[in-house]
Amino acid sequence: MTMTGSAIERRKFPAPFENYELGDPFDEMFHASGAPRQHYQEIYDFLLDLPADELKLHKQAADQTFLHQGITFTVYGRDEGTERIIPHDLLPRIITAQEWGKVESGLEQRIHALNLFLKDIYHEGKILSDGVVPRDIIYSCKHFRREMRGVHVPKGNYLTVVGTDLIRRPDGEFVVLEDNLRVPSGVSYMLTSRQVLKRIFPKLYQACGVRPIDHYGQALLATLRNLSPEGRPEPTVVLLSPGVYNSAYFEHSFLARQMGIQLVEGRDLVVHDNIVYMRTTSGLRRVDVIYRRIDDDFIDPLSFRRDSILGVPGLFNAYRTGNVTLANAIGTGVADDKALYAYVPKIIKYYLGQDAILENVETFLASEPTEQKHILANLDKFVVKAVGESGGYGMLIGPHSTKEQQEEFGKKIIEDPRNYIAQPTISLSTAPCFVEGGNIEPRHIDLRPYILYQGEKSVIVPGGLTRVALRKGSLVVNSSQGGGSKDTWVLN
Amino acid sequence: MHMLSRVCDSLYWMSRYLERAEHTARVLEVHLGLQLESFSTASQAHWQRMITSLGLEPPEDLSDSDLVQWVCFDPSNRLSIVSCISFARDNARQVREHTSSEMWEQINMLFHHVRSNALQEDWETEPVDFLRSVRDGAHLFQGITDSTMNHGQGWQFIQLGRYIERASATSLLLDEHFKHFQPEGAGTIDFQEHSEWIGLLKSLTAFEAYCKVYTADLKPERVAEFLLLSEEFPHSIRFAVDQIDTVMNALPESIRTGGNRPARLAGKLRATLSYTQMDEIPAGGMHDFLENVQGQCTQIHNAVHQVYIEYPIEAALEA
Repeated sequence: MTMTGSAIERRKFPAPFENYELGDPFDEMFHASGAPRQHYQEIYDFLLDLPADELKLHKQAADQTFLHQGITFTVYGRDEGTERIIPHDLLPRIITAQEWGKVESGLEQRIHALNLFLKDIYHEGKILSDGVVPRDIIYSCKHFRREMRGVHVPKGNYLTVVGTDLIRRPDGEFVVLEDNLRVPSGVSYMLTSRQVLKRIFPKLYQACGVRPIDHYGQALLATLRNLSPEGRPEPTVVLLSPGVYNSAYFEHSFLARQMGIQLVEGRDLVVHDNIVYMRTTSGLRRVDVIYRRIDDDFIDPLSFRRDSILGVPGLFNAYRTGNVTLANAIGTGVADDKALYAYVPKIIKYYLGQDAILENVETFLASEPTEQKHILANLDKFVVKAVGESGGYGMLIGPHSTKEQQEEFGKKIIEDPRNYIAQPTISLSTAPCFVEGGNIEPRHIDLRPYILYQGEKSVIVPGGLTRVALRKGSLVVNSSQGGGSKDTWVLN
Repeated sequence: MHMLSRVCDSLYWMSRYLERAEHTARVLEVHLGLQLESFSTASQAHWQRMITSLGLEPPEDLSDSDLVQWVCFDPSNRLSIVSCISFARDNARQVREHTSSEMWEQINMLFHHVRSNALQEDWETEPVDFLRSVRDGAHLFQGITDSTMNHGQGWQFIQLGRYIERASATSLLLDEHFKHFQPEGAGTIDFQEHSEWIGLLKSLTAFEAYCKVYTADLKPERVAEFLLLSEEFPHSIRFAVDQIDTVMNALPESIRTGGNRPARLAGKLRATLSYTQMDEIPAGGMHDFLENVQGQCTQIHNAVHQVYIEYPIEAALEA
C-alpha cells in the first residue's frame, strides 16, 4: 500500500475515536472522508457526549448480566472457569432499511433455489442430467446421504432454519460467503444481546427506530408446526439437543423456552413400530416434529454412526416412514458444501430463471485443472479453504501466511483437489468496537441472518448475528477463534 | 403438561442438593457458635458428632480450620457446600426451560458467589458470614421458586426432593444427638448439656419456635417430641413426611400395575408419624425409630425412581 493523498487528508477523530483508522475495507460508520454515515449519526453523537468511563461501566454491567443469566459457552479441557461468557461488543451495527430490503429478497431467492436443488438431487436429479452441476461434486460430498434418495419430506421443505454468512465488499455490496444449511447456531446470541442492549441504551434504541426481532421464537414454532406429518393436526414439537455438555446448550435451552416446547435428549426418546415417543412421568407420549440440533452423523446409531450415544436408535426409519418430521431434513449438507457454493448462481438461474440478487465471492475450485493451476500460482494472494471444515479451521490466508505454509497447502491441494477451494482475500468491512483501554477502534465483521424457510416465502427477522473479529487486524470471526458478537439494528 | 422423566429427575436432585447445602450450612454455623463457648476438652468430641451427624467422612488429621474448609469448599468432598450447590446448579442448568428465569439467575448467582469464596485464600476470617449467605441464598431460591413457577408436576418434584432430603438429614442429626444425650432423661441437665440441646434446636432453626410452644423451659423429652412429631414446624420430621405424602397424592396416576407403591409407602410413613406418641417409643428405642424413618425415605426415593423415572419401556407400551 502506498501513501496516497487520501491518507494525508485523513481526518483526526475526536475522543473516544482518537485511535480510529480508516483503511481500504468498507467502514460501517464512516465515509472514506471520515464523516459519519447518516444512519450512524445518532450513535456517533451519543458516543461523543458519553463520559469516558461510562462505556466501561456499561460493558461491565453487560458482562455481569451475561454471566448471571448463564449466557455462556463451554470451554473444554480446564478445571476452573469451564464456562465463559460470549465475547460481545456493546456498539450496535446498523443497517438501513434499503440495504436490508435487498438482503432479504436475495436470501429468500437463494434459499428457495437451494431447497429446490435438494429436492431435485434426492429425487430425479435433473440438474445433474442437464449438466449444470457435475455429478462428481454431489456424490463425492461427505454430506450427501444416499439413504435420502426418494424419501418424501413434508411440503418438500428440506430446509427449515438456515444461517447464511454475508460480508460487505469494499464497494459496500453485501455478498454471500457461505450458507449453513445443517444446524446453524448463534440465533440465541442475536436475541439475548438485543435484550441486553435495550436495557443499556434504552434512549438510543428508541431514537434510532429499530425493527424488533422478538417474534423469532414464535415464527420458528409456527414454521415447525407447519411440517407436521399427515394426520397430526396438533403436533407435539420438541427440540433434540446433544445435552448439557454441548457448547451450544445454552441456545438449545433458550430456544425451547422461547417456543414453550420440550428440550429432549436422545435418551428421552424411544422408537417403537416406527413411531417416536418421549418418556414422561405419565408414560410414553408421541412426538411429531423434531427440531434437531444434532448432526446427521449422530442422529441414529442404527442408520449412521454406530458409536453415537447422542442419537435415537430407529429414528431414521420412523422419519423415512413419515411418522415424524426432522428439521432440517437429513442430507442438507450437500448444498452448503464449499465446492458446490461456486455453482449456486447457476442453481438459482436453473430453477428460478433469475439472476442471483446477492452475489457470491469469486471462487476457484481446485478440482478443475485450469483453476487449480491458477490457485497454485497465487497461493500468496488467495484464501484457501478445506471444503469439509468449518469454524475457521483448515484455512490458509495467503497474504498472512509464510512460504512454508503455502508450500504445505500446495501439496495438500494436489493430493486432494476435491477438498479445496480458493477465494481472493476480501477485506471484511469494519465497524467501531469498544476495545480494552476504553477507546473505540475498527474491527472486521460479517453478518449472519437467520432464515426460516417456508417455501417461496421465508421469515427473516430483521438483522441477524453480526460476528466480530475482536483481535486487531484479524479476519476470523468464529467464536472458537477469538470472535465475538454485536447486536444488529435494522432501521425502519 | 406432560413432564419428561429426565426433567423431573433433575428438578428433584436440584432441590435435594440445595436443601443439603442449606442444612450443612445451618449445622456448621451453629456448631461454630457453640465452639466459642465450649470447654476445650469437649471440643474434639463435638466436632466428631457434628461430622457424623452430617454423614461425612473427612480425611484424618485435619485441623479444625481445615475441617471447616473441607466441609465448605473441598470439591473432592461430594457433600461439601460448594459441591452440593454446584450439583444443584448443574441440574438446574439441564432444565432451564422448565424453571423460571428468576430461579435460574438466583441459583447461578449463588453458585458464582460460593465459588468465588472457595477460590479465596484468606477465607477463614469470617466463615459465619459465608454460611449465612448460603442459607439466605437457598431461602431466596425457595421463595422465588414458590412464587414464580407453576405449581405443577415439576414443582411437586422440587418439593419431593426438598422434603425427602430434610426428613433424612434431620433423622440423622437427631439420631446422632440422642446417642449422646438421652431424650428420656427427665432429670436436670447440666450447664454444658443445656447448650448442646439449644444447639440442636438452633441447628434446625427451631429454638424460637420451640419456645413459643413450650416456653424456654428446656426439657429433652419435649425437644425430641417437637423435632420429631410437631405437625406445624417446617423442620420437624413429621412435617417433612406430611409434605412428601401430599406430593405423592398430587403426582399423576402411575402407568403400570403396582405403581401406587410410592404413594402407599409415603402414606404408611405419614401414618406412623401422625399416630405415634413420644411415650410409645421405648426407652433406648429412639435409634431404631429414626433409622426406620431413614430407611422408609430411601424406599420412597427408590420407588419414585422406578415408577416415574426409569420405568421399563415394555411396561409403558402395554399400558
